[in-house]
Amino acid sequence: MCGIVGIFLKDPKLEPDLGAMLSSMLCVMTDRGPDSAGFAIYGSGEKDHVKLSLRAVEGYDFEALANSISLTSGGAPKLVVRSTHAVIEVPKAHESAVRAALAERHPEVAIVGTGSRMEIFKEVGLPRQVAERFDLPRMSGTHGIGHTRMATESAVTTAGAHPFSTGADQCLVHNGSLSNHNDLRRNLRREGISFATENDSEVAAGYLTWRMQQGKSLGEALEAGLGDLDGFFTFVVGTESGFGVLRDPIACKPAVMAETDQYVAFGSEYRALVDLPGISKARVFEPEPATVYFWDRAA
Amino acid sequence: MNAFNPDVTFDLAETPLRELNAALHKATGESNTRHWRVLNPNGRHALAAGVKAPLTIEVDGHVGYYCAGMNQQANVIIHGNAGVGVAENMMSGFVHVRGDASQSAGATAHGGMLRIDGNASARCGISMKGIDIIVQGSVGHMSAFMGQAGSLIVFGDAGDALGDSLYEAKLFVRGSVKSLGADCIEKELREEHKLHLHEKLTAAGLAGTVDVSEFKRYGSARQLYNFHIDNAGAY
Repeated sequence: MCGIVGIFLKDPKLEPDLGAMLSSMLCVMTDRGPDSAGFAIYGSGEKDHVKLSLRAVEGYDFEALANSISLTSGGAPKLVVRSTHAVIEVPKAHESAVRAALAERHPEVAIVGTGSRMEIFKEVGLPRQVAERFDLPRMSGTHGIGHTRMATESAVTTAGAHPFSTGADQCLVHNGSLSNHNDLRRNLRREGISFATENDSEVAAGYLTWRMQQGKSLGEALEAGLGDLDGFFTFVVGTESGFGVLRDPIACKPAVMAETDQYVAFGSEYRALVDLPGISKARVFEPEPATVYFWDRAA
Repeated sequence: MNAFNPDVTFDLAETPLRELNAALHKATGESNTRHWRVLNPNGRHALAAGVKAPLTIEVDGHVGYYCAGMNQQANVIIHGNAGVGVAENMMSGFVHVRGDASQSAGATAHGGMLRIDGNASARCGISMKGIDIIVQGSVGHMSAFMGQAGSLIVFGDAGDALGDSLYEAKLFVRGSVKSLGADCIEKELREEHKLHLHEKLTAAGLAGTVDVSEFKRYGSARQLYNFHIDNAGAY
């Protein structure tokens, strides 16, 4: 099954409530995916800095890690620790050096996402536990996506939890299963996209990253995906300024959207949306199969 | 909503859905408590499923999956959208969705009538076995797939593969059809079919809203009933 949710704010007044809204949506979707949960949130950020979302074992000393890379990053990086994850912020100019230092000195730490504004958190366990341990209800931002997982194509591990991020400020959550992911993964690796898991959803994320590297917009990348991705999918994707939704042509996997003057929201089921402000007056609709839906902050 | 004085009101913000469904299952329709109103459905699943008494149930909001599934005799009105499988496997009665319906509306239903004021999504009336479905908007792809009996009447358009592998269900579409499924063909709309349409629209409370001669009729070419090697590619 899996449950996916997403919200894209049009009204800046709601930004302090983004985490609370996403958290409530995620918890309602527990029935669809009790194995693991995760979310990506687009908060504040500086243009010349990059945030790295890191994941390690329970009780990991992220302070020590930040100290050990402080020379590489040209000073002590800004560090926010949340349970098994931490976000460090370093000047963009130092990103590759910091990545090299992390790979060399801290192979035990995984980078789950990077970007100027995006932060990613995911863990095994019930969505409520996951939302609480990362303090999601108190996060703010412009848009976010979330996932509750019922594992089908690969193991119940934190690495297999969504969202998947394969490019800066890009992330994807997926409900469904892809049938040509092995072949695609091989081809994408040849194109220079790297993968951390055997998960089919990571291949979808990698595919979109590859298309966008070729200069396509997220909307165009999603359109191209209709021809190249085989299987069942409902995707919700985020970029630094955008929010997209795509369903396969058969549209087996459920999807409901609601739009008001203040936001666009996505849920696998309508009940994920019922606590959103003004939902009773929202335009509620089901996204059409094989149709790209895309909203952008910049537009 | 219409002026409507319910005999029983269930507010699902305060009462669990199980209590509502248990009460509905106990109701015989013989007492005076025949008019029920349900508040704050908030997309809950299986609301008013398995009702088998002549009750009127008005639901004030959007419902989740399988609302009014297996319905017998009841008149269920949903003042909102319906999730997957509304009126699935209905036997008799009347289900009226005032908004849009998701996939598989009226699937496998043996009888009764489903009226949808908005659009229905993919696979509307899949494997229908006697139900009459009237959609005032459009239907999605693979509607009436393997439809065996009953009628699907669409005021708007139909998506891809309408009536794929159709048996004897009668399909009427007023708008365009994106494509016909395997073994589904357009057939002549004769007087008897116009009468049939008129009768169904009257039963749904829609008499006179559209000109029945504007519909096109689709049905089975009956080429796939028995296996024939020349048709292997179409199965």
